Amino acid sequence: MNLERQAFEGWSEREEISRKVDTVLNGADDGELYMQKSQSEAMSFVDGRLNTSSFNTDQGFGLRTVCGEQVGYGHSNEFSESALDRAADAASVAKKGVSGTWDVSPARSNKQLYTQDNPIDLVPFETKAKLLEQVNAYARAKDPRVVQVQTGINASWSDIEILRAGGERFHDIRPMVQFRVQVVMAENERHESGMSGSGGRFSYDRYLDEEIWQAEVEEAIRMASVNLTSKPAPAGVLDVVLGSGWPGVMLHEAVGHGLEGDAIRKGMSAFCGKMGEQVAAKGVTIVDQGDMDDLRGSLSIDDEGTPSERTVLIEDGILTGLMQDRQNARLMGKKPTGNGRRQSYAHLPMPRMTNTYMENGTSEPAEILKSVEDGIYAVNFGGGQVDITSGNFVFSCTEAYRVRNGEQQEAIKGATLIGNGPEAMRRVSMIGNDSALDAGIAVCGKSGQSVPVCVGQPTLRMDQITVGGTN
Amino acid sequence: MTQLQLDILDDLLKRTKKAGADSADAMLMSSKSSNFECRNGKVETSTRSENITLGLRAFVGHRSSIVSTAEFGDDVINSLIDRAVATAKMAPEDPYTGIMPTVAVADHDEVDLDLYDNSELTVDASFEMAKAAETAALEVAGVTKSGGCGSNSSNGVVAVATTNGFLKSYQFSSFGIGGSMVAGDGTEMETDFDFRQMHHLADLPDPAEIGRSAGLRAAKAVGGRPIKTCKVPVVYDPRVSGGLVDHFASAINGMAVVRGTSFLKEMMGKQVFASEIQIIDDQAMKRGPGSRPFDGEGMQSRRLELVENGTLQSWLLDGATARQLGLETTASARRSPSAPPGPGSSNLYMAAGSVSPEELIADIEYGFYATGMIGEGINPITGDYSRGANGFLIEKGELTKPVKGVTIAGNLKDMFGRLIPANDLEFIHATNAPTVRIDEMMVAGE
Repeated sequence: MNLERQAFEGWSEREEISRKVDTVLNGADDGELYMQKSQSEAMSFVDGRLNTSSFNTDQGFGLRTVCGEQVGYGHSNEFSESALDRAADAASVAKKGVSGTWDVSPARSNKQLYTQDNPIDLVPFETKAKLLEQVNAYARAKDPRVVQVQTGINASWSDIEILRAGGERFHDIRPMVQFRVQVVMAENERHESGMSGSGGRFSYDRYLDEEIWQAEVEEAIRMASVNLTSKPAPAGVLDVVLGSGWPGVMLHEAVGHGLEGDAIRKGMSAFCGKMGEQVAAKGVTIVDQGDMDDLRGSLSIDDEGTPSERTVLIEDGILTGLMQDRQNARLMGKKPTGNGRRQSYAHLPMPRMTNTYMENGTSEPAEILKSVEDGIYAVNFGGGQVDITSGNFVFSCTEAYRVRNGEQQEAIKGATLIGNGPEAMRRVSMIGNDSALDAGIAVCGKSGQSVPVCVGQPTLRMDQITVGGTN
Repeated sequence: MTQLQLDILDDLLKRTKKAGADSADAMLMSSKSSNFECRNGKVETSTRSENITLGLRAFVGHRSSIVSTAEFGDDVINSLIDRAVATAKMAPEDPYTGIMPTVAVADHDEVDLDLYDNSELTVDASFEMAKAAETAALEVAGVTKSGGCGSNSSNGVVAVATTNGFLKSYQFSSFGIGGSMVAGDGTEMETDFDFRQMHHLADLPDPAEIGRSAGLRAAKAVGGRPIKTCKVPVVYDPRVSGGLVDHFASAINGMAVVRGTSFLKEMMGKQVFASEIQIIDDQAMKRGPGSRPFDGEGMQSRRLELVENGTLQSWLLDGATARQLGLETTASARRSPSAPPGPGSSNLYMAAGSVSPEELIADIEYGFYATGMIGEGINPITGDYSRGANGFLIEKGELTKPVKGVTIAGNLKDMFGRLIPANDLEFIHATNAPTVRIDEMMVAGE
């Protein structure tokens, strides 16, 4: 090959590299050379055959300077001095006309929340291919109505290093695996689907356990069977019961994004100016916690080197905290909370959620359902979206039931539910004692960057939410 | 620079065959870009990026595997080639996988789609563009805050090669301007945006025009309320009507058709839309945002008549989905270096209808005019559709009050059948449609 590139390993230890980094960061408030080497694989088995098997390696660096509200960034996937020089030119733009005071570095942490093993090479390719074949065969044999099975696994492993001014280094190794299965079932000319999936920062091992993957297949089949009986969803304002776990997507959209430091600092969030105020019903406590073992949204340190932590966003209905990266924390006179995340070396860090959930209340889930006279019970969701400025958010159910006189009745077709964040949080009227996190499938998108997260909540009753059915 | 990319691919394929592959294809993408964001008249972020990624797909009989890399050391490349070939040998058979036949990829006219403009945007010029957009936006009555305005430029090379003789590359450039603005205060804030992304710098509108548009959109939305739940005509502004055409494109994507996961899978040759409707995917549109001279498998770009007089005429197919259906590829293979090809649209549009947008709305006593959508509430298997929306109330043929916090629902198959296009088609983005009207949609609000 004709492309002259230097190896990732040991690159930043060269004296000329750290000297260049020091020069660029001189006069800035903050910044770093962020280096990443990653591997990922994806295998998908669809239509009775393995139709994708891919293995990718990537590496690169991003050089950032931060001065007040200004950020300069240059990144490249070429480890060379000339690439670093070009990045330094771009990064230096932030220093134009301003002079900063170098901010204190993140505190050191020894906690390691997940294995450092690379999941990709721990299990041979044939074993993984065979697993997917078995999943396909099991699903088709389990129910004759299954007409299509799409199953897949993917894994990644990312080695990141942060070099700050003066040669200070921070390091993390992040594994991730995910398993998913979707079935399409046909009955009386109708086709419906059901899906199940899970994952986290661990190895593939658990998916080699028959009981675990069979349970996922059975869940997908159960969901598709329910949907085959579904009737058109109602349209209008109804009381809604949300299941525990994955329906926490609602919180992520209704509250989470609006409490990220950048949104508040720029005055773009519907929650601006509400710190210390009652923004949700009493009993509602919402937490973002990046320091939980093995979870998809967990991080030992964030992408700026800050150790992750537990941040109480809303306590008993009162707004108490925000999620911060270093720049927004500094500009707002707050502490960074370990929420400075980026998709990769090719992206700037910004405040992002990690594992975000609502804590337990005191109601029994059955009691919550029983309290609803005329409404819906939403158990499984597709995804959601929010406009943080107006506070409007949506989430789409993929498994839901009609509730009448406290009884769960017929299944209804997927429908989008719409609400307004601050308003919806005041409409939480019952909180279950069954809080759970989702199984590890959530991806959060913001400003074109995707990061893995977890969402969670107990069973909740929300009064008078707009349900977007056709009936 | 392009000869270098071609040499790399040629060398890579030779080594892959030597390592034991029966055939192979490869893709190389390299790009450089810069991006400026300004807020309140100051630089907020200035980013410069460069990227080269190489992808290789190796075939052993009907077995295949893909590897990609951003590392280019000889030992890294050799180990990746070995990995690709070894994995392909172990992979279960897929009878439909493979590269395109020699004759298909060799039969190319040289076409220049004019996708490359060598204009340079300096740091200062980029900043001035973004600032001009923001200044104009902040002058719009009702705008209270800037969410930031930005400009960007990039250029690069895409090269594709196959072991049966295809070896071509093309250069592209891209220039963009955009911004988001906030109007209103406190609990009555609204934000909206506008942007434009073009291959040629000269094709971008005046930045002030984009800024003003973003500001006007936000200002007009302030005070929006849900309307009462009702079944009424819904009119989609061209900002959101393209979304309906994208839903159609997903439903005729060969991947969904072969998997049986499309609500249109039985509709080939049948009436899907009213007879005045034409939908085209023009892969070879000059300067088109979605244009490319050849697809991800080396097939020459063409113009596809997907819907003619309301009748479904063509799926979007790549080599593998075409083989499975017993049809010819439609040159719709899209791929990145790290993933296998899959069908997709390029410059997709619904042709203009015969009435003006005003005429389309004139007889609506009470209805909803949608300018924004939120959420992805679409079931691709059944066509069930339910999305969050905002826009304006239509009363007696006129847009009156702003509306937000509603959902609109129906089934895409029925919606397509009732859809009426206006005559205001403009080519702005990769997917475009005129204003369209769909009667009897369920709007859920208060």
